[in-house]
Amino acid sequence: MCSAVRREPDPAEAAATAMARHRHDPHELVQVLIEVQEACGWIPPPAIDCIQARLGLPRARILGVATFYAFLHIFPRGRYRILFSDNITDRMLGSEALLQRLCRSLWVERGRVSEDGLVSVDTTSCTGLCDQGPALLVNGRAMGRLTPARIDEVAEKVREAVPLEDWPAAWFRVDDPVRRRDALLSGTWPPGEALRAGLARGAEALVGEVKASRLRGRGGAGFPTGQKWAACRDAPGRTRYLVCNADEGEPGNFKDRVLLSTAADAVIEGMTLGALATGARRGFLYLRGEYRFLLAHLEDVLARRRAQRLLGESILGHEGFDFDVAIHVGAGAYVCGEESALIESLEGRRGMPRNRPPYPVTQGYLGEPTVVNNVETFASACLVALHGAKWYARLGTPESAGTKLLCVSGDCARPGTYEYPFGVSLREVLSDCGAGEAQAVQVSGPSGATVPAAEFGRRIGFEDLPTAGAVMVFGRERDLFEVARNFVHFFAHESCGFCTPCRVGTSLLRNMMDKLAHGHGSPYDFAEIERLNRLLQVMSHCGLGHSACNPVLGTIAKFRPAYQRRLAHEEFEPAFDLDRALAAARQMTGRDDAAAHVREEEEGTA
Amino acid sequence: MSAPTFLLDGRPVAFAEGQSILQAAVAAGAYIPHLCFHPDFAPHGSCKVCTVRVGGREAAACTTRAVAGAVVESDTPALNDERRALVQMLFVEGNHFCPSCERSGDCKLQATARDLGMTTPHYDHFYPDRPVDASHPELLLDFNRCILCSLCERASREVDRKNAFALSGRGIRTRLIVNSRTGRLADTDVRATDRAVHVCPVGAILPKRRGFATPLGQRTFDLKPISAVADSSAEIEEG
Repeated sequence: MCSAVRREPDPAEAAATAMARHRHDPHELVQVLIEVQEACGWIPPPAIDCIQARLGLPRARILGVATFYAFLHIFPRGRYRILFSDNITDRMLGSEALLQRLCRSLWVERGRVSEDGLVSVDTTSCTGLCDQGPALLVNGRAMGRLTPARIDEVAEKVREAVPLEDWPAAWFRVDDPVRRRDALLSGTWPPGEALRAGLARGAEALVGEVKASRLRGRGGAGFPTGQKWAACRDAPGRTRYLVCNADEGEPGNFKDRVLLSTAADAVIEGMTLGALATGARRGFLYLRGEYRFLLAHLEDVLARRRAQRLLGESILGHEGFDFDVAIHVGAGAYVCGEESALIESLEGRRGMPRNRPPYPVTQGYLGEPTVVNNVETFASACLVALHGAKWYARLGTPESAGTKLLCVSGDCARPGTYEYPFGVSLREVLSDCGAGEAQAVQVSGPSGATVPAAEFGRRIGFEDLPTAGAVMVFGRERDLFEVARNFVHFFAHESCGFCTPCRVGTSLLRNMMDKLAHGHGSPYDFAEIERLNRLLQVMSHCGLGHSACNPVLGTIAKFRPAYQRRLAHEEFEPAFDLDRALAAARQMTGRDDAAAHVREEEEGTA
Repeated sequence: MSAPTFLLDGRPVAFAEGQSILQAAVAAGAYIPHLCFHPDFAPHGSCKVCTVRVGGREAAACTTRAVAGAVVESDTPALNDERRALVQMLFVEGNHFCPSCERSGDCKLQATARDLGMTTPHYDHFYPDRPVDASHPELLLDFNRCILCSLCERASREVDRKNAFALSGRGIRTRLIVNSRTGRLADTDVRATDRAVHVCPVGAILPKRRGFATPLGQRTFDLKPISAVADSSAEIEEG
């Protein structure tokens, strides 16, 4: 599939093939662009000509979509496109040094394409391999457990232009260590059993059962699943859609990867139950681009389930129960995890969150009632169908029924996936994963909460610490300011750019954190950061902007010394730094001697 | 039966079913600062300058439905502080040199900034590199002044039926682009008479060979603050 170093395919032909595969449906634009990108290594103008003509879309719109997604390129990139995962957990495992090592070895500057067009090296947002980092993507293929030796081997393969298919398969192995199993991960049932149980109950009773089970959305927000299904079922519409949100972009999370790779049947079966409950006939699984290594496996599972009559027409012989699932692949946009942005992306547009209301349950995909649920939510629904609401509601706590998959990474002996009943304390999780002397834990990801050691008695659950799953552990020696700065860079990179406060504010916030990091901070900047935080929180269009300041607010409140240390000056100082500004001149002249630098005292008197 | 009303800063504003707070306010001649909204187009909700306080929380007035009896706060020091910060963000995001801009005095960004008491850009400038497109025989496209309100995109699509403009990129790298293979305005089907050209609230899309027909100091917002200009939502034609 990856075409590095092959004869360049004809772009127009690649576009024609991709469009034919997607029935020339303009709503499939993102998928078509992804396939052209795959075939050609970028999206050349002749491919765009072809798409423009055949799909009847304005060229500017096609370009607008192509430039929105980080993995799509309208200018040539290297034939080998290497992207290092830039989550804080990758950084803690030395990813920065590995990136520099590869750049040096290949004589390429970060973010640039090498002169011969062979390779480009850059960073990307968390690729979801935090339990086996540091990680990278090469032409979209995930590679974990990086070491300096592996980086040198990679450099050699690139230099020798070895086709990606001929690289050792072991390099691309993704492990799914599950360290603790509970109701969901230990539950094994033959494919179709949960569905039979659901059919035996009947659609109406199934919705009631899911409501009574108090199952809530596992993406972090915790909306009651039964209520969502009922609302979609009752909304007026010509047809209904069901979407499984596998755009697991929140840094530190990887449970959806584990579920889709080890329990895909449960996820698809949960979707089919959702279809039974809502009357949806078409479903989508929106798989984040970083997980496309799961695509073949998932297509196999879907094909097998069709053969088993668990998908398709007259499922399990029930006349009129028709449902099938298509996989849509993402292309590097965290914001598409927001349900209305995800739907925009499914419809072939820039993944920008819609104005709400109307909510997707009444007007979602193509304006029809649509349920969007998390991967884990669908899998959990199977347990409700199998064992009933009473059984399920007894798991966990009164406010948070059931179990939760936690994705543990960072400073601990046993990173991986842990399933606990809701209500488990952070202390217990940390003890199980061998965290030792942790200083803090980031729960749920950058948009979640920074929990200091004094609060490790707090519990996972909607009533205390809601989470998408991530538990990133920070040992005593970690600098929580740098953690927050990494998260702020993430939000600035992932802002969709729709609304002013988030588009500009996340970049201003990033620059202010960088200013502090560069030693130009004063109490003035502190006040500015706090003011900006408030602005983002109250004025942003969607959750990304609302939560972009969480890591800063959380660490300012609980790790103030980490900031105080950065306030090197009592009076305001500009962010501008003459010596740093001269870096470009030094690079151009190849100088780095003392005379090419501005000394402190000169700067002071200048 | 009389139309339902809500309270905007204590004054009743009548609205029709389905109208948003800003749509009703504009129709009633009441001023809530805004930039990406235009009464002829569906609310977009992106600039957030129209943010008001309603029901205990902040919300964009253009996309929030008017509800009978709602109490809406708009002209408060806290909200105007936040709006000023948003306008400052729009200034530092682009390259806005008012003294040399043909739209000065008729520009809604400038007028809104002045009305909100903005005296400095406050934040560090981004100084983005946005080359001007002067290829079109009748029009000048100066991306430096674009505030990404997408009114030209909407007008071109909905009124002119041309799709001449679109937004591209993401985040702080979001840019206006035009619909041609070369990326030049001259190679699109845009004409100076298009609605898309006239709907621009700033000086990003300007007619060529027409300068200073109205002297500086005598233009729309030189004479009156934007908050006092009736129908300030509509296009401000120079001259």
